[in-house]
Amino acid sequence: MKFSESWLREWVNPSIGTGDLVSRLTMAGLEVDAVEPVAGEFSGVVVGEIVEVSQHPDADKLRVCQVAGNGPEPLQVVCGAPNAREGIKVPFATIGAVLPGDFKIKKAKLRGVESFGMLCAETELGVSEEDAGLWELPDDAPVGEDLRDYLRLDDTLIEVDLTPNRSDCLSIKGLAREVGVLCQEDVTFVAADATPAVIDDALPVTLSAGEACSRYVGRVIRNIDLNRPTPFWLRERLRRSGLRSIDPVVDVTNYVMLELGQPMHAFDLASLQGGIEVRTSHAGEKISLLDGSECDLNAGTLVITDDSGPIAMAGVMGGSTTAVGDTTRDIFLESAFFHPLAIVGRAREYGMHTDSSHRFERGVAPDLCIAAMERATQLLLTIVGGEAGPAVATELEEHLPVADTITLKRATLAQYLACDLPPEAVEDILNRLGLKLVGQDPEGWTVTVPSWRFDIAIEVDLIEEIARVHGYDNLPTRVLASPLAIEPRQESRLSLDTLRNALVIRGFREAITYSFVDPKLQRLIEPEAKPVDVANPISSDMAVMRTSLWTGLLAALQYNLNRQQQRVRLFETGLRFVQGGDGELAQEPMIAGLVYGERDGESWLAGKERVDFYDAKGHVEALLGMGGKGAEYRFEPASHPALHPGQTAAVVRRGETIGYLGKLHPSVQKQLDLPQAPFLFELKQAPLLDAVLPHFREISRFPEVHRDIAIVVDEEVAAQSLMDTARAAGGPLLTDLKIFDVYAGKGVETNRKSVAISLTFQEESRTLNETEVASAMDAIISALVNNYQATLRG
Amino acid sequence: MENLAKLADEAIDAVSRAEDAAALDEVRVEYLGKKGKLTELLKGLGKLSPEERPAAGARINEAKEQVQNEIQRRKLFLEEQAIAEQLAAETIDVTLAGRQVDDGGLHPVTRTLARIEAFFVRAGYQVAEGPEIEDDYHNFEALNIPAHHPARAMHDTFYIDSHSVLRTHTSPVQIRTLETQNPPVRVICPGRVYRCDSDLTHTPMFHQVEGLVVDRDVSFADLKGTVDQFLKAFFEADLPVRFRPSYFPFTEPSAEVDIQCTKCRGEGCRICSHTGWLEVMGCGMVHPEVFRHCNVDTEQFTGFAFGMGVERLAMLRYGVTDLRMFFENDLKFLRQF
Repeated sequence: MKFSESWLREWVNPSIGTGDLVSRLTMAGLEVDAVEPVAGEFSGVVVGEIVEVSQHPDADKLRVCQVAGNGPEPLQVVCGAPNAREGIKVPFATIGAVLPGDFKIKKAKLRGVESFGMLCAETELGVSEEDAGLWELPDDAPVGEDLRDYLRLDDTLIEVDLTPNRSDCLSIKGLAREVGVLCQEDVTFVAADATPAVIDDALPVTLSAGEACSRYVGRVIRNIDLNRPTPFWLRERLRRSGLRSIDPVVDVTNYVMLELGQPMHAFDLASLQGGIEVRTSHAGEKISLLDGSECDLNAGTLVITDDSGPIAMAGVMGGSTTAVGDTTRDIFLESAFFHPLAIVGRAREYGMHTDSSHRFERGVAPDLCIAAMERATQLLLTIVGGEAGPAVATELEEHLPVADTITLKRATLAQYLACDLPPEAVEDILNRLGLKLVGQDPEGWTVTVPSWRFDIAIEVDLIEEIARVHGYDNLPTRVLASPLAIEPRQESRLSLDTLRNALVIRGFREAITYSFVDPKLQRLIEPEAKPVDVANPISSDMAVMRTSLWTGLLAALQYNLNRQQQRVRLFETGLRFVQGGDGELAQEPMIAGLVYGERDGESWLAGKERVDFYDAKGHVEALLGMGGKGAEYRFEPASHPALHPGQTAAVVRRGETIGYLGKLHPSVQKQLDLPQAPFLFELKQAPLLDAVLPHFREISRFPEVHRDIAIVVDEEVAAQSLMDTARAAGGPLLTDLKIFDVYAGKGVETNRKSVAISLTFQEESRTLNETEVASAMDAIISALVNNYQATLRG
Repeated sequence: MENLAKLADEAIDAVSRAEDAAALDEVRVEYLGKKGKLTELLKGLGKLSPEERPAAGARINEAKEQVQNEIQRRKLFLEEQAIAEQLAAETIDVTLAGRQVDDGGLHPVTRTLARIEAFFVRAGYQVAEGPEIEDDYHNFEALNIPAHHPARAMHDTFYIDSHSVLRTHTSPVQIRTLETQNPPVRVICPGRVYRCDSDLTHTPMFHQVEGLVVDRDVSFADLKGTVDQFLKAFFEADLPVRFRPSYFPFTEPSAEVDIQCTKCRGEGCRICSHTGWLEVMGCGMVHPEVFRHCNVDTEQFTGFAFGMGVERLAMLRYGVTDLRMFFENDLKFLRQF
């Protein structure tokens, strides 16, 4: 809500400056968004009248004007504005005037013709962005008067960002009431006297929508003259509130809406067929609206109808067929109460947010209709003349809103605010807010809610009002006492921070990427997946929810490669959104990473090797091992659409695949235009956070026995299988085994490889003898020989 | 015997010329070995008279000892020399860079979240999380924002379908917590939230931390105290904090919280739009309607809730000027944290 301070001060005029006023409003919950002067800073500008115009002798686009307003005789002013013509009144910056931007007006010669001042457009005075030539002032503007005084330009525009609950402040009247409460100042409520009917004409009104419209005030006004202009002062007030002048009728209804808060509508009486009925629409009905659109009405929309059908969408917008136009002589004015629930959502449903719907869906006081009608009538008759019929109120008694009665308990108030406010202070605030005290006892107060407060219905609403008017900063502050019960923390659950920090220590930077991704990239990574669509994406490249964190990481990789980064290690944690075949949606917490470029940073020490699969695997193993359960995981050769078929592993725990790692598939790499393939991993968080609670075991005092063997097996035999077999065959004495060398090439047959394994044996309670170790070794070797056609390497 | 002195001088001279342990040993064998020249002299003692023998023997032994000592000295000297040479050979340029492990780091949002969480966890709050694709009921309805409520316009909602949305705030986790846990409750809910809005100061995804306390006799004063303490701790400064009345359907009384501008200290600058204040969070007492949806007895319990934008706090804390940088993941940006 944007308003002019001087207008407000006509209603309530506290003896505080603009700064204080603005700060009071803000601190009472009416947040002031902007404060700006109505006009730029200027002086020495008067109302001038162009009394004569002639063409400049040497310039086609310049005119030489004789302008009255400064001194007894007209002065000569050279002007380039196309609308400069005899008889108009315009701002006249005289010699010595200073315009916005500290622009001083001096006597000048333009193409050889002397000029004693300057005629101004609105932009030149910092009044608006309007640049349509000279600012034409009203005909009755007093020539020679200082423009600032005449137009009351020493005024401030204040814009309040009203929260949706404060519909009562969507008018000068409402704001004045609020300022009156906050500043303890009397408010002058401007009310128009009832205009007596001079004609009997009235339209029959039928209310058929129950509480959706329980009061409708209508009035016929005949013989208006739409050729008369809206007075300058009224146009100026509209302008200062951000509204454009349209025609006198629309201007007046808008003015009344701004002044009192009641949206109104005027119909062209001649185009109405029969009486008015307010009802809900039937499916299939249509309406042509004022903005030129055709609208198919859904059933249940509140509409104003005549015999022809819907002629206005109630509280939202009028229809075009009954609109007031140039030829209108007679009008039918509407001032009605539409229930917020009947209007709410319509603007969005039909994509039409109007000043009217904005107010009605938040609540317009039901008892405002008549006052607004009288005020509009008064203004209209003054401006466009005409004869008014009676203001006829049609009501549904049983559906009219009844004022809520609320009881506020002193104890509740004291508990909520942690203080005992003096009862007089409470009563004063209630009273000033218009909450009528209807009952009072030592326990508390009972009040009725004024018609304009749609946001007050329960006790806590009153508590908020009291706290707000009293001032939040004047209420006590205390420190919440700590509870004695401290929740135990599960040691067998890791925090996600542990995983993050493990990667940070391994040189990863954490990324945070959008959860919605480009469908094209998504299809490239997981063509089979059916991602969740966003129904109203902000752009086409953020239209589906990610099914893998890789999409974001790959985009981040591209972003960084385009910015001269050569080595990238990124990880991210967050949800992926996977839709099962049954439509069931899983939102799974994942942790994913990406490595790209050389293994080591540029250094005199480092090699130039690029990262490979085993770098990624090392990081994955580190994560799997954080909880001490690394041994539960196995890596199995696997396939994944985004990954290289020969360099992909599934991470499996107890038969469940918990993630994948591998090299980006060359075809994906090519489509993403990446010079090299990154290595990627993505794992479910949940199993990784499962940790071992350590349990001490006696440390053996007896020596370990180490044995190494080298075997030759077929190339495709997986290391994991050899390890599994050896471990199983080694029996309980085998405490550890590791592959320490893998070799293929010279000295080994083609398609075979040599694998060297170191084995550690130990018995907890005694020293092992040679025979025991030898028989365990024999068992291992024969298992490897039997299962994999292994041969021992000399 | 007359050549004893000459022989000893000769031996000592040979010792001093030995350049390594092997040469020195040769000298030792040559003079002091079983058949060494000085040893041989001892064998010649037999030719002397018994009276002369003791004195002559003593002289020879003295000479042998003298040579032996010289050998020992020379040996030590050579060893020290060898060590010195080895050390000289092993000297490296200690000013060259050490062997690097990349320095990784957490995203500034995570870092900020961790800071916020640490504060509240110390004060006895639990950390709860919820789904990001949220149903209409938890995101709106249960928070006293019925369908078509004008407050829905305050949320530029991303829809998935007619009954689910990308959560527009972390407040639904309040509801989910109260559905499963009886008061007293102290919980914070960090996470991603989504609004269909993108410009200089809005990204379609950002992070919030929601806090909820429900207990007996929880008051607005406790809310003010909690928020005030938190903000002072977060910014490590005795910042002026003010509470402005505002409106959220799920709290009442509601407040917006401003801190004094961290840039201009309240003087007024571009960052604070010349107001001297920066809005950092919203809060309020839990609305009875919210409690009704969660079956919390409002006769017994009251509560407060607060919510803050994590990027906003991170920007103020670390002086980041462009919100969008948080999601570009530029390594040059990430490496600053």
